Amino acid sequence: MAALQRALGRNSAYLLVGPAALWLGIFFVIPMISLLTTSLSDPAGSPIYGYSMTWRFENYVDVVADYWPYLVRSFVYAGIATVLCLILGYTLAYAIAFKAGRFKTLMLVLVVAPFFTSFLVRTLSWKLILADNGWLVETLKTLHLMPEDGRLLATPIAVVAGLTYNFLPFMILPLYASLEKIDPKLNEAAADLYANPFKRFWNVVWPLSLPGVVGGTLLTFIPASGDYINASLLGNPNTQMVGNRIQSLFTTGSDYPHAAALSVILMVLIVVMVMVYVRRAGTEDLL
Amino acid sequence: MTRLGHWIGKHLVLALGALVLLYMYIPNFIVALMSFNDASASRNLYSFQSFTWDNWLNPCEPLGMCESLRVSISIGLIATLVATVLGTLAAFALVRHRFEGRSTMNLLVFLPMATPEIVMGSSLLALFVAAGMGGRLGFGTILIAHILFCLSFVVVTVRSRLSGLDSNLEKAAMDLYANEWQTFWRVTFPLVFPGILAAALLSFSLSFDDFIITNLNSGQTVTFPMFVWGAAQRGVPMQVNVIGTVMFLAALAIVIIGEVGASRRRKLLASR
Repeated sequence: MAALQRALGRNSAYLLVGPAALWLGIFFVIPMISLLTTSLSDPAGSPIYGYSMTWRFENYVDVVADYWPYLVRSFVYAGIATVLCLILGYTLAYAIAFKAGRFKTLMLVLVVAPFFTSFLVRTLSWKLILADNGWLVETLKTLHLMPEDGRLLATPIAVVAGLTYNFLPFMILPLYASLEKIDPKLNEAAADLYANPFKRFWNVVWPLSLPGVVGGTLLTFIPASGDYINASLLGNPNTQMVGNRIQSLFTTGSDYPHAAALSVILMVLIVVMVMVYVRRAGTEDLL
Repeated sequence: MTRLGHWIGKHLVLALGALVLLYMYIPNFIVALMSFNDASASRNLYSFQSFTWDNWLNPCEPLGMCESLRVSISIGLIATLVATVLGTLAAFALVRHRFEGRSTMNLLVFLPMATPEIVMGSSLLALFVAAGMGGRLGFGTILIAHILFCLSFVVVTVRSRLSGLDSNLEKAAMDLYANEWQTFWRVTFPLVFPGILAAALLSFSLSFDDFIITNLNSGQTVTFPMFVWGAAQRGVPMQVNVIGTVMFLAALAIVIIGEVGASRRRKLLASR
């Protein structure tokens, strides 16, 4: 009995971590390998009977030639949305961390709560807000901020606005987590040393919040660049992103090898960009 | 002058923050408003026509909607249960034990969160098709996918709660002759429980809301987000807004009840 307990004790870490590790191994690592082999398979096959792997690297050449504008567009839209999220999210996270006082918890709950109204339902409601005869467009036209025949819905602006809105909480939470750890006394000390508010922010608060900035921008940029819901619901055929193409190649196109190749390219580009970004921000130890 | 500047500085940031929060709520206001919209008179489903209680009285009127809701709730509950149990066990191992492969496991937990949904969904589909399951996609394959993406979030949430825990509390219990089992259930578990609850709530919301991964691996099974997506091509029934509003209020209620309970416990402990 004691021997059994000792043996269990030594291996208990593996017993605890085992089931989760197995799940991640079988359903994350193996699928990634499967995606790679599919991307190198002969497109002459079918989803039901499978594809034969023939080291067909032409799949990659094909999708880059056909779909590079979608890749560029995805990263441009996701990049703009990430910057907008950073500006909006930093303001709110800063207000919650330093200015909210006893309303801190309430405000934090309010940041997460909209999540629970379905993502799709909320995105659809932007259709109503941005509609051609909606109050927003009418107001902008009355104020002459927009030409008479201008519109918001079905434009790149609507897609970027949708992405910004949808991924904002992913920016706010990591920002808040690192802003909250900053000791307000540091700010006071800087003020005592005659630093003006801008200097105090730039030299004290901003550097200390960098881990949150990096975490938040990654959690916003990565899902935003793979998203196609905003582009489908709020955009037009010329605002489609790479997610739209991968999705339609898999479903209506039933061309799994090309879809898989495009998926792999998206993943590789994201990994490369993340590594360059993290290195430049000097926060390698985050990963 | 500096005092005035200080006052403005303090309240300006708070006001701007409140504006951002307000922006985040515009869609929720619209969804709540549209749940009272009488759309039967008009074909334009994207503007408010006239007030009615009908959508709230007959929430299941649109064909297939409540069935899809049932599917989503079942998947959400099972996925949450499995992911929370597996994820919590793994989080304990990662925080409390030093074992070979620990950093590999940390990486394995992090990677799914850094993978765009479309890539994760398509890799699972590639696996299912390679395994000859291309014709048998449905409830089971959706469940596998949902447990997968919930798992990482559970590990991360519980891990951060556990690593913030003061291990002196457990040592104190052991000094007072509690055995390991008693220490775990009377001291450790109650302290970690809020983290586990938060992880479960997050899992359910992620699962209930997922569209991109589900859409690739669902076969003929229709979840609530898929129903909404399908309906969006024709015109969304107003009852969808009722479900959205109910989900929002229910989640808010759970969080507020939990928060009130926690602050009451804190007060009770402080008064002892």
